[in-house]
Amino acid sequence: MLSINCPWCGARDETEFHYGSQAHVAYPENPETLSDEAWAHYIFFRDNPKGWFQERWVHTAGCRRWFNVWRNTVSHQFGPSYKPFTPAPARP
Amino acid sequence: MSGPLTRRRTAELPEHPDFLWRKPQLKKSYDVIIIGAGGHGLATAYYLAKNFGITNVAVLEKGWLAGGNMARNTTIIRSNYLWDESAGIYEHSLKLWENLEEEVGYEMFFSQRGVMTLAHSVGDVRGKQRNFYANKVNSIDTEWLTPEEAKKVAPILNISDTIRYPIMGATYQARGGIAKHDWVAWGYAKAADDMGVDLIQGCEVTGIKVDNGKVQGVETNLGFIAANKVALAAAGHTSTLTQMAGFRVPLQSRTLQALVSELLEQVLDTVIMSGAVHVYVSQAHKGELVMGAGTDAFNSYTQRGGVHVIEHQLAAACELFPIFSRAHLLRTWGGVVDIAPDASPILGLTPVENLYINSGWGTGGFKATPGSGWVYADTIANNAPHALAKNYSLKRFTTGHLIDEHGAAGVAH
Repeated sequence: MLSINCPWCGARDETEFHYGSQAHVAYPENPETLSDEAWAHYIFFRDNPKGWFQERWVHTAGCRRWFNVWRNTVSHQFGPSYKPFTPAPARP
Repeated sequence: MSGPLTRRRTAELPEHPDFLWRKPQLKKSYDVIIIGAGGHGLATAYYLAKNFGITNVAVLEKGWLAGGNMARNTTIIRSNYLWDESAGIYEHSLKLWENLEEEVGYEMFFSQRGVMTLAHSVGDVRGKQRNFYANKVNSIDTEWLTPEEAKKVAPILNISDTIRYPIMGATYQARGGIAKHDWVAWGYAKAADDMGVDLIQGCEVTGIKVDNGKVQGVETNLGFIAANKVALAAAGHTSTLTQMAGFRVPLQSRTLQALVSELLEQVLDTVIMSGAVHVYVSQAHKGELVMGAGTDAFNSYTQRGGVHVIEHQLAAACELFPIFSRAHLLRTWGGVVDIAPDASPILGLTPVENLYINSGWGTGGFKATPGSGWVYADTIANNAPHALAKNYSLKRFTTGHLIDEHGAAGVAH
């Protein structure tokens, strides 16, 4: 089980959290002008890197807040967690 | 490729049978390069050679033959999916399974012992009955079982209505079953090798060369290999390969775990799945209980998962089968599965000419091995999607014609 660092609550067991996939996927700025292909990429396509990944988690069984974190998909090593709307720390 | 079956005693634990195929000298170029010598890659090579006479083919494998998800799955075979597209390809696959050992001349312990899928709530019953009727419409064999009828098929099943998630009914596909996964791969490998396909182990693709939108070959740790056509069959590593070729795919790589108990007397001669309490179980020929459940929650390439996921599925198993509570866990492992947003495969052409994709089989690729190989070989040979692959193209994420099999896939993703 992962030990995940919630930026509000500190390190907690993975079972307290739910996964939110890739972080920093912004809602399209001009949705009314978006092509079907661009919509497809916004809705269905996410990065799937082998290595460091910026992803979202929500502390469901704790403070119930969303946050972002760097995690390595090859080693399960965590980098820094950070709150939404704060600048992302550099890749570990 | 008919001939006497290569028989072995079931109790034997063979070494990796490299004697079944040549150790070929890598050529500088091939008509077709298949990336990934798992079940789907090997089946594709076999059908390219057998159905189309295309034998100047290399199957490149970065590890050892069939050592990825092909070595890590729970070997369940069935075709009772919900949508017409799925019925088409999975049923085609099941029909191929039914004659596969004779066809390739290699024993695979294919056993049509039935697959039962349990329903545990009113909503679950409605969902499973919808699936049951959809199967009927598609001429896929299926039965609806009451709890009592389910218990007749599997007497160790707990059908008490006082357990937390009582069994309220089940679908049953009698033609479903299991096979011995390694032997399936070895059978395809041997038969493909016999027809002249080069199986190259320890060859990792590090780049895909594309010129003017057309694939030219692959860079590997053994040097550049030219190819007229390149076919991806790399499951959880598909998106790392498409990145090399310069396009994205809507796939996420997750860990899917499985486990076995120690060897026990035979107590279960069918396959039982429950999506709601989350476990699927069969008993292998030697006697070990083979179980799996859903994926771990997050993206991972580690082939490792959390113990709490195992704990969850064992809790479900012990409630459904009280007799399992004294069994010991012998081994657990994980594979890297590639999951598409609609839990259906992506099979067909790509934005790069002569580069083909077969991926997204997610948590259920084993059953599809023959059908996937057949359809993919046809798609590669004709440079056009096979009729059964038409709706599995990458384009469906743009058109919105998704093939949503989250329910019928049997497990949560």
